[in-house]
Amino acid sequence: MNTTTGQLTGRVHSWDLSTGVDGPGTRFVLFVSGCPLRCLYCANPDTWHMRDGRPVAVDEVMAEIDKYRPFVTTAGGGVTLTGGEPLLQPAFTGSVLRRCKEAGLHTALDTSGFLGARADDALLADTDLVLLDIKSFDVATYRKLTGGELAPTLRFATRLDRLGIPVWIRYVLVPGWTDDAVAVDGLGAFLAGLHHIDRVDVLPFHKLGTHKYDALGIPFPLRDTPGPGPELTARVRAQFRAHGLRAF
Amino acid sequence: MTTVAPTGVAAPGAEWRGFAGERWRAHVDARDFIQANYTPYEGDAAFLAGPTHRTRAVWEKVSGLFPEERRKGVLDVDTATPSTITSHASGYIDRDLELVVGLQTDAPLKRAIMPNGGLRMVENSLRAYGYRPDPFVTRVFGNYRKTHNDGVFDAYTPAMRAARKAGIITGLPDAYGRGRIIGDYRRVALYGTDRLIAAKRAEHALLDARPSAEDVIRDREELAEQARALEELTRMAASYGCDITRPAATAHEAVQWLYLGYLAAVKEQNGAAMSLGRTSTFLDVYLQRDLDEGTLDESRAQELIDDFVIKLRIVRFLRTPEYDALFSGDPTWVTESIGGIGADDRPLVTRTSFRFLQTLYNLGPAPEPNLTVLWSPRLPSGFKEFCARVSIDTSAVQYESDELMRPLTGDDTAIACCVSAMAVGRQMQFFGARVNLAKALLYAINGGRDEMTGEQVAPEAPALSGEYLEYEELSAAYDRMLDWLAQTYVDALNVIHYMHDKYAYERVEMALHDHPVHRFMACGIAGLSVAADSLSAVKYARVRVVRDGAGLAVDYETEGEYPAFGNNDDRVDALAVGLVESFMAKVRKHPSYRNAEHTQSVLTITSNVVYGKHTGNTPDGRRAGQPFAPGANPMNGRDRHGVAASALSVAKIPYEQARDGISLTTSITPEGLGHRPEERSGNLVGLLDAYMSSGGFHMNVNVLERATLEDAMDHPENYPDLTIRVSGYAVNFVRLTREQQLDVISRTFHGAL
Repeated sequence: MNTTTGQLTGRVHSWDLSTGVDGPGTRFVLFVSGCPLRCLYCANPDTWHMRDGRPVAVDEVMAEIDKYRPFVTTAGGGVTLTGGEPLLQPAFTGSVLRRCKEAGLHTALDTSGFLGARADDALLADTDLVLLDIKSFDVATYRKLTGGELAPTLRFATRLDRLGIPVWIRYVLVPGWTDDAVAVDGLGAFLAGLHHIDRVDVLPFHKLGTHKYDALGIPFPLRDTPGPGPELTARVRAQFRAHGLRAF
Repeated sequence: MTTVAPTGVAAPGAEWRGFAGERWRAHVDARDFIQANYTPYEGDAAFLAGPTHRTRAVWEKVSGLFPEERRKGVLDVDTATPSTITSHASGYIDRDLELVVGLQTDAPLKRAIMPNGGLRMVENSLRAYGYRPDPFVTRVFGNYRKTHNDGVFDAYTPAMRAARKAGIITGLPDAYGRGRIIGDYRRVALYGTDRLIAAKRAEHALLDARPSAEDVIRDREELAEQARALEELTRMAASYGCDITRPAATAHEAVQWLYLGYLAAVKEQNGAAMSLGRTSTFLDVYLQRDLDEGTLDESRAQELIDDFVIKLRIVRFLRTPEYDALFSGDPTWVTESIGGIGADDRPLVTRTSFRFLQTLYNLGPAPEPNLTVLWSPRLPSGFKEFCARVSIDTSAVQYESDELMRPLTGDDTAIACCVSAMAVGRQMQFFGARVNLAKALLYAINGGRDEMTGEQVAPEAPALSGEYLEYEELSAAYDRMLDWLAQTYVDALNVIHYMHDKYAYERVEMALHDHPVHRFMACGIAGLSVAADSLSAVKYARVRVVRDGAGLAVDYETEGEYPAFGNNDDRVDALAVGLVESFMAKVRKHPSYRNAEHTQSVLTITSNVVYGKHTGNTPDGRRAGQPFAPGANPMNGRDRHGVAASALSVAKIPYEQARDGISLTTSITPEGLGHRPEERSGNLVGLLDAYMSSGGFHMNVNVLERATLEDAMDHPENYPDLTIRVSGYAVNFVRLTREQQLDVISRTFHGAL
């Protein structure tokens, strides 16, 4: 085992155990601090800044994960790195993924793909599943919604496909922002051209993070935006399914 | 359709046609019969049948009485007839439609009085519901017939009374039936009462050669009473047209005979928990034989179980409103243990295990019977999946680790009440309620004075005098306080159970046990997470003491952070484990009545609310009056890392040191088990497998939105069936007191963003 990487430090917001929502089964979920995007609907504004995270060595993270190894393995789960944006700290993230693989754990990386270029092939070789958040398929909307560019995410998706890494697409459905039928259809067509998309999760926008904005004293831009109704959610799922995708 | 069970009575001796095995023929041994004859089922739930029109009609007729019962508290009471096995004429819900017959009194939901436990309890209950105590009953039990309650108070010491009054020892069964004894009701179906009476007489005769010492005399008298109770059971059954002197010959008779055995128990005893045992796989042998013989189809098989469960759902006792408030509604703990694995590694899951769970769909969710799955990761996957689905749909199932129990109490273990394991028909327990560990910690700080009243309850000891609590000093004082508490507690339990045996002996339940029986002295602790977090606060943060004018420590100011129980953090989890181990060791030091084996539970039922009410501010930051967490749960809101972390803290408590059970209640939102409903049952199976594989003992699973509960508080009329699991059993949410409802809502809901 590489002691240099063990002492490598990352900035971490928190950790949690979750079931069925951050990849398969019950998982240890590590929230890494810092994100280059500023999505208007973000539910975790407390993870935006790397500097707000606690410096934690890889060894320390692994000691915590180790306490759950039998549990999450028996429960059909593993470890998920999310944030924030885990690829903002690629060395740390890569090191944790490597150590998890060495420990025989199933690994998942939850990312926007915006910094996909920072993930080297070794990091991806240690990733069993990518939860890829594609915020919008419309370039202008993507920019307005996130403050970033769409192209890097699509390049990353294509690269993952070439490497044969299974991907779950996460698509947050926000009325007035990501419900445009043409954009949804475009994304469906793009994804249909890839070979390792296991599923597309259409996630109805929620405002459970509102209190975090209040606590941080920053405005929540979508405070008054309603969540999508069941009909809209069903329509968007059906659009993905029309492209032969497993959409939920 | 006919009422009465006997259908196609077989020729004498033909009742056992087609059955295999030898030992059970020569000895009364239901387990051996099951092992020799049952058919494990490894498939899924697809074979199950829905409710028939008949089932619906019977259920609608009796459940139609529930709203009035809820409104009045009790539907009706027979105030004049102290209940015995044969006291009441036969009663029916609908004589033409019922398949399984027998009621506690002559009408459904009409309650009986059982003054043997205590006359005052009966009179207070009657008055509370607007009935006048019957003068003849008052005269008999006031003048001629002493009760259990009278006996106990003749022998309590002043120290016991003080501890009881202060609420440091609470819930003692000194004025009500102790319960938690499971008769092996299967024996009635398998053997018939003639054979069982003969076996009891043979056990009695074995004592003839022994000198008539006190214990031998008592055994002889008890065995004579047991045989007499079986004769009464036979007469009661005959009043319903059932000749149970012989074994059951059909599945219909097997269900009926077994139920009549249970009915005799609930006519004789108003025990706190009147559990059923482990009957589903036993009954499956009979159902399967009839299915194989072509005299039964699946729909009829399900009907028999549905009808049986209807009867179990309407068991009623007369209790005071205070008692019901303490235990949330009107619980009877008709616990039925389902599943598990046999010593030969075959799963004890049968089609009838599924049929019992199916009643929650056919009749709708309900708290009783208290369906308890003995879980093992080795159970067949079809059964695990079905259990999880039923849990998600109804929140009415609890799970206990078959892997932990089987090595200690065997593969015919059943749960009494919530989490108390015992081998059916071979072991029983003396129920001992619990002590308040959090209050004991405050007593340690205050030198034995009560933090609410200032009274000296425990023997006087030096109070801790520093401005800040010092961990070493506090733990030494706590240890001494727990020495006193354990001694006073076991002593009080000995008094209670001596008197219960003397004045309110469970004749028919004990008639369905082997002689001699193995006894447990089931002690218990409450407030574990409060006590552990308080010790953690003192050890890892700084706790300043606030004292009143009389020098009594009444409040605490915590400076800094401390690790809280429920986050899988060894620093504090070890403190909780240490408390459990140390109190168990202290309890074991004190001799027990009838040499019962000492055990303890970490269980509060719903009394966590009342314990909290009677306990002052604690060093963990909990405010005076605030409820404790239920059972072994972490304090509400302090488990911050999800259900797995919370559960793993609890799983560290060693079962060997808490063999009367360790209760964990979890509330998970549906989304907290996965975005897709189809994936949730698989994820719940994973959680249960992982928890039990990690040494977890018990888990109540509620799958609910907090908003649903809030709405049910405001609009109870819309939620008559809303069932939730609390510590070790299920309750109708709308029947909880407002305080209890708020407590449930304030608990940690493990959700997902």
